[in-house]
Amino acid sequence: MRKSKEEKTFQIMGNTVMIIMTILAVAPILLVLIVSLTDNQTLIREGYRYFPKKWSLAAYDYIFMKNPQIVRAYLVSFELTAAGTACALAITTTLAYAISRRGLPGRGLLTFYIFFTMLFNGGLVPQYVNYVNMFHIKDTFFGLLIPNLLCGAFNVMLMKSYFVSSIPNEILEAAYIDGATEGQTFLRVVVPLAKPIIATIGLFAGIAYWNDWNNGYIYIMKATHLYSIQNLLNRIVQNINFLLQSSDSSAAALISELPSVSVRMAMSIAGVLPVLLIYPFVQNNFVKGITLGGVKG
Amino acid sequence: MKAKGIMAAPANTQGKFVRLLKKMWRFLPVYLMALPGLVYFFINNYMPLPGLVLAWKKYSTKKGIWGSKWIGWKNFQYLFKTQDAWIITRNTIGYNLVFIVLNLVLAVAVAIILSELTTKWKKLYQSVILLPHFLSMVVVSYLVYAFLSAEHGFVNSVIAPSFGFDRIQWYNEPKYWPFILVFVHIWKGIGYSCIVYLSTILGFDREIYEAAAIDGAGKWKQIFTITIPLLRPTIIMLVLLAIGRIFYSDFGLFYQVPMRSGSLMSVTQTIDTYVYRGLLERNDLPASTAAGVYQSIIGFILVMSANLVVRRIDKDSALF
Repeated sequence: MRKSKEEKTFQIMGNTVMIIMTILAVAPILLVLIVSLTDNQTLIREGYRYFPKKWSLAAYDYIFMKNPQIVRAYLVSFELTAAGTACALAITTTLAYAISRRGLPGRGLLTFYIFFTMLFNGGLVPQYVNYVNMFHIKDTFFGLLIPNLLCGAFNVMLMKSYFVSSIPNEILEAAYIDGATEGQTFLRVVVPLAKPIIATIGLFAGIAYWNDWNNGYIYIMKATHLYSIQNLLNRIVQNINFLLQSSDSSAAALISELPSVSVRMAMSIAGVLPVLLIYPFVQNNFVKGITLGGVKG
Repeated sequence: MKAKGIMAAPANTQGKFVRLLKKMWRFLPVYLMALPGLVYFFINNYMPLPGLVLAWKKYSTKKGIWGSKWIGWKNFQYLFKTQDAWIITRNTIGYNLVFIVLNLVLAVAVAIILSELTTKWKKLYQSVILLPHFLSMVVVSYLVYAFLSAEHGFVNSVIAPSFGFDRIQWYNEPKYWPFILVFVHIWKGIGYSCIVYLSTILGFDREIYEAAAIDGAGKWKQIFTITIPLLRPTIIMLVLLAIGRIFYSDFGLFYQVPMRSGSLMSVTQTIDTYVYRGLLERNDLPASTAAGVYQSIIGFILVMSANLVVRRIDKDSALF
């Protein structure tokens, strides 16, 4: 078909809009990256620019070589993400599979039990009191791992609908008749068939754990060795605010001891680096997952 | 015959019961698989619920929730007597309304553009605008700070001198923040919110468009007479579900991005940040819980009503 003039204008306008949006999406990340690579004196003199006069790797040298706390926080982030994703996947997959089983007595009731948590929740304070007083997870690794992130109703429902629509009941019944135990059926039949959704939910969980600062902020008070990189970034903002607000004359001296701007920016780049590195490979899977959830997302 | 029928009835129900037990026994491994998840939801979501009574108590750390004294509605009266309740409600609903409208318009526009573009770059466009969704709010607050820092930020040190306006103390001037927060929200979320619209559009039958083109309908006409009307059900569902969540706010956006600046509180405090500050900064658990109860109950009513409306329109799109 001949391309009409209108079609051509639309293509040009559409591309222009999308190019502007693409630039807007990366510009802030690029600025922070450049600031983290700028010489600190240059930053103070010229401000944060896209084309600094003097570049420097000192900030990265500092965070990865000279400051053990930052390296440790980085390790905590990796450990938390690995442990969290593994546990979340194990719990979510098994639960979703169970409530997807046709003929399971009480299936509707169990589904509602999970679903209700999406409609009503007690809010932050009762949950905090419960976790701290009953389970004593304050200042432990569990404080990072357990609250809210371990298993979410949304992920369970997403996975359940995948099981219902993509794994025919006949296969499960056939396995049962052939004498397979439920455990064998799950591991040898269901899991291999569910690889795409497991990858998607694993991705959701992994991103949620890597980016989480909430749990650390609420449940890690004294055990600063359990700070993840996000919590450390968060803590620095807190300290700066605290110092700026205190009228104490020693505050000024303390401010100068805080990590320099380029170090702070290098830390936030370090905080997104793993996400940026895996992003090209997982982004498609993510889009598919959202589409699967459809409007319910 | 009759007597036999009567006699058979209890045996039959008993048989049913036994059958159910047998079935449950058969499914025992499946129940065991569900157990960790069920226990988790119990601990994470159900066990805290009785703690809501804290909203009607005067909390003492020594006595705990159950030992503390009942004081009736005082915490709520206190909350609603101050300006706080009004400010946090206004901010939460106000921002959400703006988010819903702008998100809708922009996400639909971007989805339509992406679906119509013929260039091979469109995959790249989509990937890049989705990228901000994967950043944590703490990192986003650093990105914003790089632009808005009063001493060295890009805006004050590069843009302000070149356009000849004065340096602005961004973190002390509430009037700019409604715009900043809306911008950040859209910037972070647009790639995500256009996904569902885009996949819906890609599912439309291309023959309709070809027929329209043969009838002489240009691109714009096709968009307004085919794409948007066909998208309407999706739009209605997503907007209604968003309205159902209007009493909840993105805590990170309102807490982290303004760097917790006290002077911005009037335009950055929402119900969620109020609850957090009550717990972590003011250490005022009952007032915090009262605000939480207020949010949970109205939020619950809104979600249920939104869902009811969605069910009326299209049963399959409803949450339940």
